[in-house]
Amino acid sequence: MGAESASALHLLFTGDPALFAIVRLSIAVSLSATLLAALLGAPLGALVGLTHFRGREVAIVALNAMMGLPPVMVGLVCYLALSRSGPLGAWGLLFTPKAMVIAQTILVTPIIAAITRQTVEDLWLEYREELAAMNVGPMWRVATLLWDGRFSLTTAFLAGYGRAAAEVGSIIIVGGNIEGFTRTITTAMALETSKGNLPLAIGLGVVLLLIVVSVSTLAWGMRRVGERFAG
Amino acid sequence: MQASSSDLPILFACVDIRRGPTVLLRNLSCAISAGAPTVLIGPNGAGKSTLLRAAMGLIAPTSGGITWGGRKAPSPTGRAIVFQRPVMLRRSCAGNLTYALAAAGVVGADRKSRLAELLQIVGLEAVANRPARQLSGGEQQRLALARALARNPKVLFLDEPTASLDPNATKTIEDIVRAVSERGVKVVMATHDLGEARRLAGEILLLHRGELIESCPVQKFFADPLTDAAKRFIAGELLL
Repeated sequence: MGAESASALHLLFTGDPALFAIVRLSIAVSLSATLLAALLGAPLGALVGLTHFRGREVAIVALNAMMGLPPVMVGLVCYLALSRSGPLGAWGLLFTPKAMVIAQTILVTPIIAAITRQTVEDLWLEYREELAAMNVGPMWRVATLLWDGRFSLTTAFLAGYGRAAAEVGSIIIVGGNIEGFTRTITTAMALETSKGNLPLAIGLGVVLLLIVVSVSTLAWGMRRVGERFAG
Repeated sequence: MQASSSDLPILFACVDIRRGPTVLLRNLSCAISAGAPTVLIGPNGAGKSTLLRAAMGLIAPTSGGITWGGRKAPSPTGRAIVFQRPVMLRRSCAGNLTYALAAAGVVGADRKSRLAELLQIVGLEAVANRPARQLSGGEQQRLALARALARNPKVLFLDEPTASLDPNATKTIEDIVRAVSERGVKVVMATHDLGEARRLAGEILLLHRGELIESCPVQKFFADPLTDAAKRFIAGELLL
């Protein structure tokens, strides 16, 4: 293992172009998917958290259950939808990074929605009377709760990004792991391990860990600074 | 903050408010009219906070009726309330006030001048940029008061605004309440503190177990209470 680790570090510090192309694509796909999921999941979570409708409890249970969606299942559904004979086949997205973003968005949206719902619901219990007394309208209430819950929602974003960055099951199905086009860290790791190219696989693993730790540290720092200056 | 009687008098007619099997207010009839502060006193669970919330229009009676200036629905503006444990929004002191001013429809340059005015009224200029949740209890109460005043209310409801504050903080709050009242705002306040009631009230409403026991001018209440319950309460006995 010592030789493999040394080779991995060598690849990292010499700026191996193949390695960095893979890293760039991974970050782009996972961040895009997480941002899209935040745009969809945060309002969805707030809506479920603040409104009362028939079947709300079922919706909450479903949302929580979907946090554990199997990536290969999502990959398969996306594959069927995006394949030539599928309902979205005309878009021609299969085996492109866009298809990978779609699959990861589906995986991450329930995570962000479920955490947002809990955050907004808890905050609403605290704020309800105060906002009612101030005559704040429904849309503004949602915006207020999302803004005041922003530090907790950072955790939702992180959890979503962690899920997207670490998964391989869906993107290998809809992306196809095409070298130089749809190969990401996790799909490359799976491939290189199966080929016996352990140095590259380990190098990719180290980079993946560094990315996840960096994003977490950044978010934690932002949260600390925000709490200090905004309360 | 000129007085206007648009929501006054607030009339309670045979009001019952229940939550499940619990009776919060029972057959309560009273009038809250313009003038000196009305102070609600009584032990815990007497119904003081419920009466304030009902008068604010935040909860509806189970039976009976409330009218505001002869209308069955209160005007959307003109009233404000400070809760016993006010919730500070997660932003600075000035941010909380800016939010309240925006909610009250104050826009543009007016908002900036009103913000400065409100900070000055409650003496929070020095901590304007501090996170609201990091202020002391007394400062948070003053901020909540300023946030209520941002609505430019004609009627101001205060739910035990000096509970658990030290004498200095209590005096600061009482001075603000007095100044607001002198500017023509009708103050309706709940308190446990008989001394505070004596210092601030024009009229006293004594509640016990959701019922109005006694209602009269403050001098008469302390000098010549009508009911046995009032006499015992003034004497410091426990009303059980």
